This record gives sequence, C-alpha cells and structure tokens, in this order.
Amino acid sequence: MNALHIKKGTASHSAYQLRPQFGDEVERRTLAVLVDNEAGVLARVIGLFSGRGYNIESLTVAEVNHRRHYSRITIVTTGTPMVIEQIKSQLGRLVPVHDVHDLTTEGPHVERELALVKVICTEDKRVEALRMCEVFRARVVDTTLKSFVFELTGTPDKIDAFVELMKPLGLADLARTGVAAISRGSECPDN
Amino acid sequence: MAFDRTAEISGARIVIQALKEHGVDTVFGYPGGAVLPIYDELFQDQGIKHILVRHEQGAAHAAEGYARSTGKPGVLLVTSGPGATNAVTGLTDALMDSIPIICISGQVPTFMIGNDAFQEADTVGITRPCTKHNWLVKDTKNLAEVIHQAFHVATAGRPGPVLVDIPKDVQFATAPYMNAAQAKTSHYQPRTKGDPDAIQTVVEMMEEAERPLFYTGGGVINSGPGASQLLRDLVGGTGFPITSTLMGLGSYPASGDNWIGMLGMHGTYEANLAMHGCDLMICVGARFDDRITGVTDSFSPNSAKVHIDIDPSSINKNIHVDVPVIGDVGHVLEHMLKIWRSRGRKTKSAEVKNWWAQIEEWKAVDCLKYTPSTETIKPQYALQRLEELTKKHDRYVCTEVGQHQMWAAQFMGFEDPNRWMTSGGLGTMGYGLPSSVGVQAAHPRSLVINVAGEASWLMNMQEMATAVQFKLPIKQFILNNERLGMVRQWQELLHGERYSHSYSEALPDFVKLAEAFGCKGIKCENPADLDDAIREMLDYDGPVIFDCLVERHENCFPMIPSGKAHNEMLLGEASTENAIDTSGAVLV
Repeated sequence: MNALHIKKGTASHSAYQLRPQFGDEVERRTLAVLVDNEAGVLARVIGLFSGRGYNIESLTVAEVNHRRHYSRITIVTTGTPMVIEQIKSQLGRLVPVHDVHDLTTEGPHVERELALVKVICTEDKRVEALRMCEVFRARVVDTTLKSFVFELTGTPDKIDAFVELMKPLGLADLARTGVAAISRGSECPDN
Repeated sequence: MAFDRTAEISGARIVIQALKEHGVDTVFGYPGGAVLPIYDELFQDQGIKHILVRHEQGAAHAAEGYARSTGKPGVLLVTSGPGATNAVTGLTDALMDSIPIICISGQVPTFMIGNDAFQEADTVGITRPCTKHNWLVKDTKNLAEVIHQAFHVATAGRPGPVLVDIPKDVQFATAPYMNAAQAKTSHYQPRTKGDPDAIQTVVEMMEEAERPLFYTGGGVINSGPGASQLLRDLVGGTGFPITSTLMGLGSYPASGDNWIGMLGMHGTYEANLAMHGCDLMICVGARFDDRITGVTDSFSPNSAKVHIDIDPSSINKNIHVDVPVIGDVGHVLEHMLKIWRSRGRKTKSAEVKNWWAQIEEWKAVDCLKYTPSTETIKPQYALQRLEELTKKHDRYVCTEVGQHQMWAAQFMGFEDPNRWMTSGGLGTMGYGLPSSVGVQAAHPRSLVINVAGEASWLMNMQEMATAVQFKLPIKQFILNNERLGMVRQWQELLHGERYSHSYSEALPDFVKLAEAFGCKGIKCENPADLDDAIREMLDYDGPVIFDCLVERHENCFPMIPSGKAHNEMLLGEASTENAIDTSGAVLV
C-alpha cells in the first residue's frame, strides 16, 4: 500500500527503483575484492564477516599487482539478498578496499578451484582411480606403489563429484584452494 | 607551514609537528613507558595544551566531547597495553556515534612486538573492529604520512575514530617530516554529492506528499552548521513537521514551529505516531536504529521512505527504503532546496495542514506529563527547572546513560547543533563526566552541564580531579535516585518487579566527595529549594557536584516497549501491565 500513489513510472528517469523487493531465499555469491596488500587487511575482511555474522564458504587471497601492492580476495558467501547487499557495502567502506565486484550478478564469469587429492589403494581400485582421473582430466602429481596424489582443477561442484568418487576407492587426504574467479570477456575492473 | 625536508627529526617530534599542522590545540592523555618520548616533546613544546585525565577511558570520552562540541577531531594520547585497552570503550562509543577522534598509542619497541613484553597488547588487533581504521607504524619515515592519513580518514565521509600505534623505537628514530599536502591520502574519498536524479525524485515526492515528515539524525550535525541551516530553510519552506533522533537534537531548534520532539523508544507520542502514520518519511543523516524503529515489521507501514546518508552501508540495513540518496547531508539538502525552489516551492498545503491538525491532536495528549510532587523532587521537574534557569546561557549539555539521559532529551531544549553530547549508539555509562571535561576544555567560558545519574557518574568520577586540576568549571547535575533507574524500570516492566542488583547499597556522600576533590558540593532534596540550589551551582566559579535527590521509583515515559511498534507506545504507569510479551523480552 503506497499512500503516495507514486506510479512506478514516476521515477523512471532515476537510477533507483522504487522499493527494491528483497527476497528471503539464501543465495550464493562470488565476490572479488581488490585491496591494498597491507598488514592486517585480511584480518579486517575476515573480522567483518565474523563480527557481523556473515558466512564465508571459501576465501582465497594473493597479491595480483606487485607494483601497486594490490591483493585480490575472492570470497564465496551465502545470504539473503539484503545480507549480500550489506556485505558488499560493508566491505566497500573498509579503508584498504578499492573495489568490490559481485561476479555472480555482474555478468558471466569463470570460477575455478584447485584440489590435491590423496588416494591410498591397490590392485583394482588403483586402476579405477586412474580411470576416474582421466575422466575428470585430473593429473597425477605424485605416486607410490600404493598411493596417488591427483591434481584437479574445476568448479567446486566438479571437485565435489570427484572427491565423492574417490571415497570408496581410498580417499585419504584432501586439500582445496577455494574459489578463484574472474569475469568473462574483455571487460575488466580498473586496477 | 614549510619544513626543511632534509632535516631529520625524531618520531616523537614528528607526532607533535603533525598534530600542530592539523590545528590540534588540545590533547587528552595519560603518560606511560611507551609514550615517554612524545611526552618529552610535549614538555618542550608549549603549542599544544595537554589535559591529564585520570583514566584513558576518560581521555577518549573527553576527546569525543571536544570533537562533538567543536566539529573538529579530538585527539587522545595513551600508552601501550592497559593505556590502549582502557581507551577501547571510548573508541567504540565514537564508532557507534560517528565521532572523529584520533588515538595515538604507544607500543613496545618493534623488536619486542610479539614477545609478550611488559605492557604489550595487540593494540591494532584489539581496536580493529572498534575503529574506522588503524595503523601500526613500523618505520619513522612513514609516521608523518600515516598521521595525516589518520586525520583524513577520521574526518572524511562518515566520521569515526582512528588509532595510530607507534612503537617506542619509532618515536626515538629520526626521519624527515612530510607535510600534510604531500601525504598520499589514499583512494579513501567517500562520495559527498548525491545523485541528481534521486534528489529530483525526492523533490517530486515532497510535492506530492500529504503526510510528510522529516526524520533527522546525527549526520546533520556531523555535516556541519551549514547543514543545520539548510535543514531549517527546507523545513521552514515546506512547512513539514520534523522529528529527530537523540543524536540529532539541536540541528533543528526545539523552539522551532515545526518541531514535534524527539522520536524513538522514549520519544514523544506525536513524533512516534507521525512516524507511524506519515506517507513520506525523509530520513536525513539517521540510520533507522532499533531504538528508533521499534519492531521493524510494523515500522511506518504506509510511507514511502527516503534515506539521505553518506554511508552506503546504512542504506537498507534495517529498513528497506524507496529512494536512497548517498551523499553528504549538507550537499544533498542544498541541492534539494535548490530544485524544490526552482520548481515553484510546491507542496500539497491543504493536505499538509490536515496532517498538522492530526499531529496537534496527538500533541494534546501531553505525553510528557507527570505527577508533580511537593514532597520529593521529580526528576522531570528538576530538569524543567534546570532548563528554565540555564536556557539563556551559552550552554553545552552532556549526559550519562539511562533514565536521566532520556529525561534530559525530553525536557531540555536545544536551539543549535553541537550543544548536546550524549552516548547514543553504544549507551556508555560513564560517558558524561569526561565528555564534559572535553567540552569545557574546548569552550572555557561557556556553561557546561553534565546531566547524570549517580550510578553512571560513579563509573568515571575520577575525572573530577582533572576538572579541578585544569580549573574546568563543569557542573555535574546528578539526578540521584539511588537506583540504576533504567535497569530498575525494565525489571519492573519485564521481570516481575524483581529488582536484581539495580540498587546501590552504598553511595558516597556527594558533598563530601566534592570537598575531597577540592570542588563544590551542593545537595538538594526539597523541591522548594531547587531553584536557589541551581542558581548557587551556576554562580559558583568552579566545578560543582550537585546531588539532586529525586523520586526513587519514577519511570521514564512515554516508552515503546521492546518488540512493539510506534503506535503501541506506553504513556504512563497505568498502561504498563503485560506491556512486554515473551518475544519482546529477548530484545534489549
């Protein structure tokens, strides 16, 4: 009920929509955050998430511009659209943060994660593990007579699927990097 | 100021030089091992007045009082470890209320950091969530630039506290000084100009509104006196009613024609019902805090909402708004006023007149009425008399936190911005006395009153010694009910009148306490003596502790109980039974 009787069209020249309707469903978003690579910057970002009760599904960080000392933090987070908006604007107001990009909404993007999977097995299972490795285009980066270490790159879903398959074959240890992501096409943020 | 860039000076000297370059005239601090080199420079340099507090929390609140009453950033200087941790409450308070303060803290020498050295604490780690930004300076050559950046970050955009942690060896080492103009202030440049399309939309909405309302906050005051003037012009021009949060009192004068009182949990009936019933809410520099909104589901259900704020993270945080305008309040109001005037100063005046008639009906309820007494001093009466006898003075008012704070907001009128210092967001008991020290240090010839409750006041009472030492004639007006009044009120309403530990078994004799501190004590318990006692306080040239013994069981009304909406507010004792249900009881 809008007592003002503002027609939706009244503000059509505006960059703003009247009353954005936020849903209640939890969404998964991949954020790329460009920050100054200075002492404590990761603690600020993580402290923001823990202090305000936001979720982190995965987080990766490395310096991407050595000359200007910029690091790129890729955060996969979940929350209702209202929470996601808060996360983005709270990140945006941290002093060392230059830019926050919501890759999920800003257009097509590529997400990749790297996993190292140690499988201990012999005989038939060894053969099966190698076949799966081929199917998933994983690489064997270390082997002994009773073990493999596979290196696999892909979306988190693909890695999940591979790990599931390795369980009955002798999955012993697993290391995952978390998601790194980048937008498709020639567009790129100014850094 | 020109400095020889090739000449190297000590880090401690750089600190003083940089503070002076930023026009700092007063520093609140407490010395200790890790800041001795800076204190040595202060000893040799007469350009900065140092106010020696008695506890670092006092230094932080004093810096807040200084900042809030002058519009300039406040500075405090504390030592490592306990010095810094004691300042944490004040920093958090300043963060919640967007007050620009700069905390310079000493740190153990760089080569000892991480060794659990004497008086070592991870100060930047501890203060990370309670400052806008903080820095640990590990090299003297970066020191000047970091201090310049600290001033920039504290004051740019939404103001807030910052901390610069300086290890002792960095204070001793030498480096060339860098001017503020040469310092890289980083990319931190918050947007101050609002989107013109959004502002245009707001003006269109104002022209169409039938039941409009301005809801203003501390952002107007932070934006500077110009913003308050623009707000007055806009309110005066449109004839719309205006209410304000606790933090925004004074931006529009309490004597103004369109003023309908403070809103929120203990706001006026007319302000809260106007919030509930308006069709256009124009929020200017406020943040839809839970003390303001009550239960959010039924908050102002029929209004289109405009939110002007410099901090994008305030938008849609608690309440969905229809038109956000991100920018500095002063800039946006100026722009709004210009567009509104150029379009012919239109409003739906007949409808707005009806709206005012409705508001007048609500006003007639006289929500601040209380049962007067000739036996005991009612706290409301005490504040009415204080208001009456001081309103013509060049006056600044601080408060502690609790019932007295709400009564002060209800019964005292503020005509100008920067005259009202209170802890809004964090609700820090013990804020008022040190804050009044800071205000008086900034305005030595003005009347500075701290309206206090005895419980809050005791939390930082050591600062009376500071006031005495520096001849700061602050007036401590203590409404003494021998109770933690607000806690007691909640226990009455919410916990079956089981008054668990909300009663002080032992209180000092405040008159003797005043004598012990070397200032004047006045005790008053009879309403008939009150005026004379207040005059005695005002006439005394020096700090005064005024022990005003008030009715012990007075409750603060009106009140929106937790978990309720604006239109469900309680007006007095009769309406309090079962006022708060179980779902409301979990709220604070």
